[in-house]
Amino acid sequence: MFEAILRILALTRKELLTVLKDPRSRFSLLVPPVLQCLIFGYAASYDLNDVPYAALDQDRSAASRELLAGLDGSGVFHRVATLDSIESLKTCINNQRALLVIQIAQDFERRLQSDRPADIQVIADGRNSNTAGTAILYVGTVVDAFNAKWRSSHGQPGATIQIINRAWYNPNLETRWAMIPSLIGTLTMMQTLLLTAMSVAREREQGTFDQLLVTPFRPVEIMAGKALPCMLIGAVQATNVLLVAQLWFRIPLAGSFVTLYAGLILFLLAAVGIGLFISSIAATMQQATLYAFVLMMPFLLLSGLTTPISSMPRGVQYATLINPLRYAIEIAQRVYLEGAGLDRLIPDLWPMAVIAAVTLSAASWMFRHRLE
Amino acid sequence: MTRAADQTKHNALIARARRVLALVKKEVRQMVRDPSSIAMGIVLPVILILLFGYGLSLDVKNVKVAVVLENPSPDLTDLACGFQLSPYFDAQLLTSMPQAQQLMLNREVDGIILLQSDAARNLKMGDAQVQVVVNGTDANHARIVQGYAQGAIGQWTARRAAEGRSVNVGPVTVQDRLWFNEANDSHYFLVPGLIVLVMTLIGAFLTAMVMAREWERGTLEALFVTPVRVDEILLGKIIPYFAQGMVGLVLCLLAAKFLFHVPIRGSVWLLAGTSMLYLLVALSIGLVISSLTKSQFVASQITLLATFLPAMMLSGFLFDIRSMPTAVRLLTYAMPARYYVALLQTLFLAGDVWGVVLPNAAVLAGMAMALLLLARLVTQKKLA
Repeated sequence: MFEAILRILALTRKELLTVLKDPRSRFSLLVPPVLQCLIFGYAASYDLNDVPYAALDQDRSAASRELLAGLDGSGVFHRVATLDSIESLKTCINNQRALLVIQIAQDFERRLQSDRPADIQVIADGRNSNTAGTAILYVGTVVDAFNAKWRSSHGQPGATIQIINRAWYNPNLETRWAMIPSLIGTLTMMQTLLLTAMSVAREREQGTFDQLLVTPFRPVEIMAGKALPCMLIGAVQATNVLLVAQLWFRIPLAGSFVTLYAGLILFLLAAVGIGLFISSIAATMQQATLYAFVLMMPFLLLSGLTTPISSMPRGVQYATLINPLRYAIEIAQRVYLEGAGLDRLIPDLWPMAVIAAVTLSAASWMFRHRLE
Repeated sequence: MTRAADQTKHNALIARARRVLALVKKEVRQMVRDPSSIAMGIVLPVILILLFGYGLSLDVKNVKVAVVLENPSPDLTDLACGFQLSPYFDAQLLTSMPQAQQLMLNREVDGIILLQSDAARNLKMGDAQVQVVVNGTDANHARIVQGYAQGAIGQWTARRAAEGRSVNVGPVTVQDRLWFNEANDSHYFLVPGLIVLVMTLIGAFLTAMVMAREWERGTLEALFVTPVRVDEILLGKIIPYFAQGMVGLVLCLLAAKFLFHVPIRGSVWLLAGTSMLYLLVALSIGLVISSLTKSQFVASQITLLATFLPAMMLSGFLFDIRSMPTAVRLLTYAMPARYYVALLQTLFLAGDVWGVVLPNAAVLAGMAMALLLLARLVTQKKLA
């Protein structure tokens, strides 16, 4: 037993040397995750803070000017053009000068003053319908504020319904609060999976795997010796991303680091298991990369990172159940935002343990199968 | 004399063409023999197409919400029914807030619509409150849910107003119209984005891997001692993978049109032309990376980081570029995918808008030329 551990440690040391001795590969493992976390942390957000709009004010009244001033003063909208005809509206949107055009009809103020409902038209560039939809919601908020002010200053009759919006866990609805914790798992997985998938394939391609076979290593030991260094590197990467989240973006962590790392270790085990399984069936590095990629795409896209799982069709939602990244993201978000403890995370933890157990035993079977 | 010079020039040209052709032939044979590169060019795009078309969606439907009526009254039950009938919500009626909070904690509902016990009385008095509580973990989703809840409440008040019971949400209402995507279907922008990812994958990733393999295995060295010139070697790589990229493009376009019914409002020729430009850019990035790294592992990592992820995150296909901080926004100008996304979204949904097409295509053409030159510069016929 003791000797087995020694052998595994020796292999681990050799693996780490193989990967880390080349300065380019060392660089590509340690620097990019941090850079990516910084860049994507800023970029990957559905929140809008700069919406160029154009105004087509056909009323030119005090009321319409007040409404537009509300938009200009919101800090989100900035006016790129003041239009005077419907024709110019079209080119303005087509050429992407403005994301939306606000059209206020001629009778706007008159209708308001005679207590009749007044409409404003918002025409949005739907080339990215999600961005456009969000921008329209923002317009709604500004209009609500205008309405409240108008009512209080003009003493409107009739009952009012006031809608009070509250968001749990993320009161200002900042995408970044959820995105950056999700990046811990995502960035770590992408490289760990490739690294593990290539580890055995590289030896096969270079012919050193045969040499490994004539050593006293048992297949399980070879597998452990391959898995351990990759998990170590993955843990270091995850820690780096975590540090960026904590120290640079200062995302509030409601839960505990212990919970986070417990989830992370299970996740790495699952990711490495998948990687080793790929490695056990691939003959060359190119094949290993290919298989890793074929799996990584669905993992990445069906993880809830960019689009919510609840919006996927039912069948695809079931498919996400075997995606370790889905659980890693859920755990990171829940620990960060909800402060969930291990007890509430059990539904996310056990599937990863199952994935790890299945892939690792499959990989070990494949090794034995191929070795003997 | 000049005729003789012309003749030698002509012969040289023919010899070059033959050498390139031989290289292309070799590459194609290699592709056919190693199914993994064909798989990368065909299987991966197909998987991506299916994933994007059927898996991804930003449209929110059937959001599970709890409607809490602490003190039911006919008016309020009517509002609750509005939520139950709405296609956007899957509402369940509750009578106590703690119960709803428990559901929210267990993630069994994504939102709570709370009408407090005094809501019915206040409504008669003329001033009622509706609380909309959402799970903010997914901020985008939460915001859409808030918007729909507001819509459902708005419809209810409109219904009441029509019945002569005046209730105002506000004197000014917003009438919105979404140009180019009237049905507000997120596939309309996800599918063009998919094409960008597929082209990036085939162009940059596949080429980088294949070229790096030649460096790693030393087969490029063997080529160095033959009369082939560096630009011929590069051409021999570009032509077959360019062809494979075009196959990917055709697959994507067919899927977009016939499987996902995304309209193609611009000209297909412009679409094909600009895609070729982008494919050239991606191919040359792949060649540059492989010549610089000369190792499959490092090349695969760098390509992933330098092309694929930026194409997804920094291209404006999902996330709005205008809202990124200045430094990141400046960085997006260096990403070829940014221009291609703008082109595809416009050509698919808006039509041939020259004000968008010309500048973006010009940048892509410039990038293609610069990167091809760079690829020529960094690929030297000597050993490192």
